[in-house]
Amino acid sequence: MVEPILTVEGLKTHFMLREGMLKAVDGISFSLAPDEVLCIVGESGSGKSVTAQSILRLIDPPGHIVDGHIRYRDKDLLALSEREMEKIRGDRIGMIFQDPMTSLNPVFTIGEQIAEGLREHLDLGKKQAQDRAVELLRSVGIPHPEERYKDYPHHFSGGMRQRVLIAAAIACEPDILIADEPTTALDVTIQAQILKLLADVQRRLNSALILITHDLGVVASMADRVLVMYAGEMVEYGDVKTIFEQPKHPYTIGLMNSVIRLDDERDDELRSIPGTPLVPINPPPGCAFRSRCEAALAACATEKSRAHSVADGHLVSCHLIPRSGDNDS
Amino acid sequence: MLRFIAGRLVLTIPVLFGVSVIVFLLAHLAPGDVTTILAGPFATEVVKEKLRISFGLDQALPVQYIKWLGHILQGDFGTSIANRRDVADLVFPKFVNTAILALSSALLAYIIGFFAGIFAAARPYSFSDRIVMGVTLMLGNAPPYWLGLLIVLLISLNWRLLPATGMTNIMGGGGAWDVFLHLIQPMLTTAAAPACIVARIVRASMLEILSQNYVRVARAKGIRRSLILRRHALRNALPPIVTICGLQLGYLLGGVLFVEVIFAWPGIGNQLWQAIQARDIPTIQGATLVIALAFVVVNLAVDAINAYLDPKIRASERAGAS
Repeated sequence: MVEPILTVEGLKTHFMLREGMLKAVDGISFSLAPDEVLCIVGESGSGKSVTAQSILRLIDPPGHIVDGHIRYRDKDLLALSEREMEKIRGDRIGMIFQDPMTSLNPVFTIGEQIAEGLREHLDLGKKQAQDRAVELLRSVGIPHPEERYKDYPHHFSGGMRQRVLIAAAIACEPDILIADEPTTALDVTIQAQILKLLADVQRRLNSALILITHDLGVVASMADRVLVMYAGEMVEYGDVKTIFEQPKHPYTIGLMNSVIRLDDERDDELRSIPGTPLVPINPPPGCAFRSRCEAALAACATEKSRAHSVADGHLVSCHLIPRSGDNDS
Repeated sequence: MLRFIAGRLVLTIPVLFGVSVIVFLLAHLAPGDVTTILAGPFATEVVKEKLRISFGLDQALPVQYIKWLGHILQGDFGTSIANRRDVADLVFPKFVNTAILALSSALLAYIIGFFAGIFAAARPYSFSDRIVMGVTLMLGNAPPYWLGLLIVLLISLNWRLLPATGMTNIMGGGGAWDVFLHLIQPMLTTAAAPACIVARIVRASMLEILSQNYVRVARAKGIRRSLILRRHALRNALPPIVTICGLQLGYLLGGVLFVEVIFAWPGIGNQLWQAIQARDIPTIQGATLVIALAFVVVNLAVDAINAYLDPKIRASERAGAS
């Protein structure tokens, strides 16, 4: 087993709202190998983005990381000063966000916005940073990068902007890339291009990738491991083959059943999960999914199930699933 | 950029025309008659009529307007009825005095406003933010005649540090240092409200920008917080701030009447106040027109700065489109 590059343990990020405590992320644990692709899946509001932003400590009040550990190599990220954290962001861990239309500063040229990170972290001179930024633009497939360097964001389409943002995120050749639904705001045809670019970049840099998505097709084609989230909690975690072929948690099973497959020979209607997701503001005790679960037990209403191992590297949080032996995590 | 400014300049022509009409009519709408003031309350109608004819006040308003406009366009602002001097000679030096006060107050207000606003925006809803915002709310709404008296009481009367009135010392006065000493108190008084308004708009505008996605992206790139505030946030927050700053300068150039009266500052507000009391129509018109012109020029400058700040306008100029 290779030493993981990133370990997240019991991460809890809560938001103190007027309506009560929103437990956006409530006890997430996973680890990331140096060249692994981890997909985090779940519905909107399940805490995927907050998990990603917590890793870079980008959570603003009223949100706070209230518990847990985030370990990058030998550093405890939650113990670092803000200044030390700034040295990790963009340099060792790069991030790509959801909406490329609003993610670029409208008053600076795109070249400046890539060169900026290079100058901050690599201590390059103006000219060197510019040359490197042009190379980066070329590497993410921007035609005529020398001329486009001087263009402003409003000259670019959404797909092109996401390419620019990918170039900015990989500028310092980070060990970890976090992509938070990088294709949600884009046209379907562009989505495939951007995902291919991300996969290429990840292979070229030999970096780890955390990809947040709710597109299970993307998960199947890109992930090594999958983390399924529901209402701020981890419901299932395992390698991609296991999650797709032997999902254990009722929610994961529901997700898999709701996917349209081209090779599907069934005639019946596409199955969906009844009900709507729980918003975890002052959540009641017990399993967050129980109101939508067909197989809920009496214990589900009173007690949360802890994540336990059902096979090697396959974790499930559900009372219905028996533990394998005593090696729970 | 040049094209943009040229376009705006053309647009100011109808604005100036409208201004001239309003300025002309307002002076005539004001109640009271200059002849009563000049010839006294017991003057006969015949004397009054003679006076009116000598000033051209007997003619129809449109005729008076055309004549007045024609003279203005040639740089002739007419003669003051009250003290028989050229209005231009009367008004322009006073306007320079007001400009000295207004520009230094504005500069002080901008510096304080920017520092306070950025300071507060960098730590929103904290204790120090609330203190800054509380103070700006109070000072920003303090009437200048009250604040001015308070400042005079403290600095001139209690501490005897600075001269209380005028622009220069009557005996052995003059020179930049003397003017500066006289300037400090009226400057503090006039700067208070605009400084608070600028501070509040800087804070609000910065906070709005700081919640934008591209600021989060900049943070994710590891850009230092101080640099994010200065480079990413302030640069984008500027347009509304520039607009407010220009508006404040415009008001200040209009003559800060109360402050000029309290500190006996020989400015255009003071002059206008005297002219209104004397029903001195040519001086009222001349002073108002100069103030309006200053306002138009400041607005033009604001538009030009905001156009310069907007890469969309700059880039389209570069590409030759408009």
